Amino acid sequence: MKRLLPMAFAAAGTVFLQGCAGWQSALDPKGPAASELAWLIWFFAGLCAVVWVLVMIALAAPLMMRARAQAQPLAVDAGADDRKLRVVMIAVGLTTAILVGLTLLSFFADRTLAAIGSDAVLTVRVTGHQWWWEVRYEDATPSRILTTANEIHIPSGEPVRLLLTSNDVIHSFWIPSLAGKLDLIPGHMNVLDIKADKPGVYRGQCAEFCGAQHANMGTFIIAEPRAKFDAWWNDQLQPAAAPTADEAKAGEELFLRRPCVMCHRIGGTPAGGTVAPDLTHIASRQTLAAGTLTMSRGNLAAWIADPQGIKPGSNMPVVELSGDELNAVVAYLEGLK
Amino acid sequence: MSSADLASERAPATERQASAEGDLAPEHDGPRDTGMDDAMLHGWLARTWGTAPGIVGALSSVDHKVIARRYLITAFVFLCLGGLNAVAMRIQLSGPQRGLIGPDLYNQLFTMHGVTMMFLFAVPIVQATGIYLVPLMVGSRNIAFPRLNAFSYWVYLSGGVFAWISFLLNMAPDVGWFAYVPLSGPEFAPGKRADVWAQMITYTEVSSLAVAVATIVTVLKQRAPGMSLDKIPLYVWALLVTSFVVVFAMPAVMIASTFLILDRLVGTHIFNPAEGGDALLFQHLFWFFGHPEVYIIFLPATGMVSAIIPVFARRPVFGHLGLVLSLIAVGFLSFGLWVHHMFATGLPRLGASFFTASSMMIAIPNGVQIFCWLATFWDGRPVIRTPLLFVFGFFVIFVIGGLTGVMLASVPLDLQVHDTYFVVAHFHYVLIGGSVFPLLGAAYFWFPKISGRMLSERLGRWHFWLAFIGFNAAFFPMHLVGLWGMPRRVYTYPAELGWGNINLFISAGAILFFLSFVLFAFNLVHGALKGAPAGDNPWDAGTLEWATSSPPPSYNFARIPVVTHVEPLWAEREALPVATGLRVDVRELLISTVAEAHPDIREKSAAPSIWPLLAAVAVGGTFLFSIFTPWAIVWGAAPVAITLTGWFWPKGAPEDEE
Amino acid sequence: MNQRPAVDLSGLPTFGHGPRSPTWWGTLGFMALEGMGFALAAGAYLYLTTLWPTWRLSAPVPDHWPGTIVTLLLIVSLVPNHFLARSAKQCRMVPVRAGMVVMSLLGLAPLAVRWFEFPALNIYWDTNAYGSMLWVLLGLHTTHLITDVGDTIVLTVLMFTRHGCSGRRFGDVGDNAFYWDFVVLTWIPIYLLIYWVPRLG
Repeated sequence: MKRLLPMAFAAAGTVFLQGCAGWQSALDPKGPAASELAWLIWFFAGLCAVVWVLVMIALAAPLMMRARAQAQPLAVDAGADDRKLRVVMIAVGLTTAILVGLTLLSFFADRTLAAIGSDAVLTVRVTGHQWWWEVRYEDATPSRILTTANEIHIPSGEPVRLLLTSNDVIHSFWIPSLAGKLDLIPGHMNVLDIKADKPGVYRGQCAEFCGAQHANMGTFIIAEPRAKFDAWWNDQLQPAAAPTADEAKAGEELFLRRPCVMCHRIGGTPAGGTVAPDLTHIASRQTLAAGTLTMSRGNLAAWIADPQGIKPGSNMPVVELSGDELNAVVAYLEGLK
Repeated sequence: MSSADLASERAPATERQASAEGDLAPEHDGPRDTGMDDAMLHGWLARTWGTAPGIVGALSSVDHKVIARRYLITAFVFLCLGGLNAVAMRIQLSGPQRGLIGPDLYNQLFTMHGVTMMFLFAVPIVQATGIYLVPLMVGSRNIAFPRLNAFSYWVYLSGGVFAWISFLLNMAPDVGWFAYVPLSGPEFAPGKRADVWAQMITYTEVSSLAVAVATIVTVLKQRAPGMSLDKIPLYVWALLVTSFVVVFAMPAVMIASTFLILDRLVGTHIFNPAEGGDALLFQHLFWFFGHPEVYIIFLPATGMVSAIIPVFARRPVFGHLGLVLSLIAVGFLSFGLWVHHMFATGLPRLGASFFTASSMMIAIPNGVQIFCWLATFWDGRPVIRTPLLFVFGFFVIFVIGGLTGVMLASVPLDLQVHDTYFVVAHFHYVLIGGSVFPLLGAAYFWFPKISGRMLSERLGRWHFWLAFIGFNAAFFPMHLVGLWGMPRRVYTYPAELGWGNINLFISAGAILFFLSFVLFAFNLVHGALKGAPAGDNPWDAGTLEWATSSPPPSYNFARIPVVTHVEPLWAEREALPVATGLRVDVRELLISTVAEAHPDIREKSAAPSIWPLLAAVAVGGTFLFSIFTPWAIVWGAAPVAITLTGWFWPKGAPEDEE
Repeated sequence: MNQRPAVDLSGLPTFGHGPRSPTWWGTLGFMALEGMGFALAAGAYLYLTTLWPTWRLSAPVPDHWPGTIVTLLLIVSLVPNHFLARSAKQCRMVPVRAGMVVMSLLGLAPLAVRWFEFPALNIYWDTNAYGSMLWVLLGLHTTHLITDVGDTIVLTVLMFTRHGCSGRRFGDVGDNAFYWDFVVLTWIPIYLLIYWVPRLG
């Protein structure tokens, strides 16, 4: 028994503390908005904890007192009740003051957050789909407008304005380590400003139930130094790399003749579908199927062979391919960096 | 207080004179209870008010206690079913990528969990406690509109059964208990699942509205002589305020679900942004109901707490007036908070901030209640029995929930934790802490009255600790995992996010919590079969339901009590003053004036009838078939009209005529 | 528990009119919840109008004549309704029977005209959200009208049977008249919303 208690605490500790530093944690802020919010969360939580403890003391105190002596329940000490009234009034007054204070604190935090990103230079339009993210980098020059999917690169240290809408149902865009969430609603355009202090990879996922694969609609913000970001953008604007090896060439041909082209676009080829993610530079992305699988040859093959097994209910149909055909298509896609 | 003060001065003579000029049939009279001895009185009243034996008698009963017991048992069954949903979900979530339950079944599970708990358990059970207790606590013989009450039960039962049968047929709604459009609309929710949601909502809300109206009229018009507004028990006040909230909030969800089913079935475009509709309109309509809904679930529980505390603190509740005003304030304010469910939708920031302020402010009347209850204990150590244990559990858990509510009220803070497990933790803390724990305490407190037997104190304590520990183990860590980034309504999560261990812990806690209900069920059965006889007033409580036998006879009180204090039995320990003069050969009860409760009319209470059941079948059938074709409304109109006419058509019994 | 008689109820009457009767309060309760439903539907209509000011698109404004005739019929019906309520309070059978027949007819007449109101809206419910909301508002009120007229007719028949002359029946007539006032009053804002708001812009 003596060892059980410290063991229990140790176990609880490992359980409870491991998520504090995290890829997708609101308590591990990596941008000014999330930092402000993390501070707000800790402050509120701390204050609320203190209030709770005080209430618990007030609840526990009577248990230490002597039992009420009178048998007659209506015999109440009016003087004692008057004193209690004063205490209760003070408690109500304090409660009101604290709540007013918290309301004002919240209001001012909101204003601070609104100011972040008001000077954003880069605008990215994110359109929610069941169950992937369409990402479009806006630019004054039409030929520089870039459409990609699921992974959002941004320049680190700079605010970025995200325009959020949806093509089907309501989704919600949430990168906890950078900012609060905002919904993507069909028929509406919402604006979310984010900024990552340092380069890094920040994970998020859809935070409004959107159907069968809501759980597997992840997204990544990849913050890079400005120069690297610009280089990335230029790379992404290039058409798809033409396959050189035979297997990859065969794969390209299969891609263009099979149902793939009905949904997907690969820049520089006749494939121009817009209802599914743009695959022009698929192999340059870190994950596949909206954060569900890491990008690798094996996972590409697994996804194409059995999308319904990995993401049941997703909109990608099973395309019948023999073993060799599958290898060819994967070889082709692997080369689309 | 003399009878002269309380007898009606509203010139009953004038009424009779008018009728003497008018065309009324002469009044029949019958034996009155004045001067009758107890045995003879009991004989008459039992014959007049009893439920007839046999199946038809049972189905025709309009006794509020019979109907309330049915509601309580049915709601408990739904609680267990909803709990099983949760256990299944928690097993699936106990580790990353468990693979036991796929997304389609999981989505039906969490939707049915929410729908069952909110619409088929929580609201019906709190209303059911009112159906049982309010007529007793106000000193009346039956609830107002007894047949409407019977009807409401059958509608509730058929609505719940319909939803669960659809689950067995793999047709359960899978769009979440709040079924946002466009996900639940015609384009993205093919099949009948969302239609089941929409129709089940509409007709269980019919049930709820009917009970609310009956409760309001019972409290306003059927109180015992002398029960002026300041002497109405706090539990009754809580049910009165709740019923008003039901009346003004439920229509919003009925409108929302009706608009949804119109969009889905007949092609309207109310929520279709491409044709001038708006997806957010649904959210506004739903949450205009949805926020008051949680107060509908919470306020009666505060009434139960207010009823239990004085009995074990051995003194009347401190701050009676403050508690009444808080109840009313919460009822009103609850209508001004709904937008806090929509902070992430991109509303104008200034408007949203108003709702931050209102959401914070509702904590003030809630706080007043907490402080008054705490102050009641400060006279000395209370008597510790199981009902009070659950009330303590309520304080510990609900206050945490209320405080995380204050956190959620802040728009920016909410934008991090909205739609995550933090919110799941919050609302379970306020609903289970704020409503289920008081309900469990109420079960231990009033079980002796309902059944005539006491529940085991020992098993009660085991139950409490198992529930308390299990609940906190399951739900407290959810605050953390939500902050760590875990959203709601996900059927699985990746291993690399590090949520596996904490989810395992949560699932273990959930199993423990579920087991506490198994223990409770065992205690209920054990108590019903072998519990010690309770007697009229085992707790030495002060309110009127304890003035009659346990269980109460069909007619509740041999004579209507007369009330002189807010705790009538504590004030009149030698002999309870009563009113005499009601007929014993027909169902007669007393109608009094609204504010002062002066006796006013000897009203006939409706006799048993099978028509409410038949009408519920007609209404239920119409709603069921309307899922498949809108013409069902037209074809269903005839049976509904016939059964309603049969219900109201007088059958010659005195209760129908005079 | 010991009892001591303290109040004598034996002289009390067995029914009362208006707010003295529980059914009056029940009727008021149903008015509250149905009124709330109407208010929310109207609110939804106005919400969508502000969101999409051009939502009528090219549909012509609704032809107001059938609606205006219904409105006039309903307003006119308030007069016999008032007399009916008074006679019911005085428990006078002949005027009540006559009044009930008149109210049944005055309930059926607007229903007949209502049949022509739907096409006069000049748009279908599935054309766009504007059309949907017009049909919903009109449909909601029509449901009320049908149920209340049905109720009135059944009660009229009842007043001609032997069950008719009891205090409870006269109370029912009074409540029915009370509810008719509500049906008429809720029509006025809906009439304005359907026929005149589209003409504003």
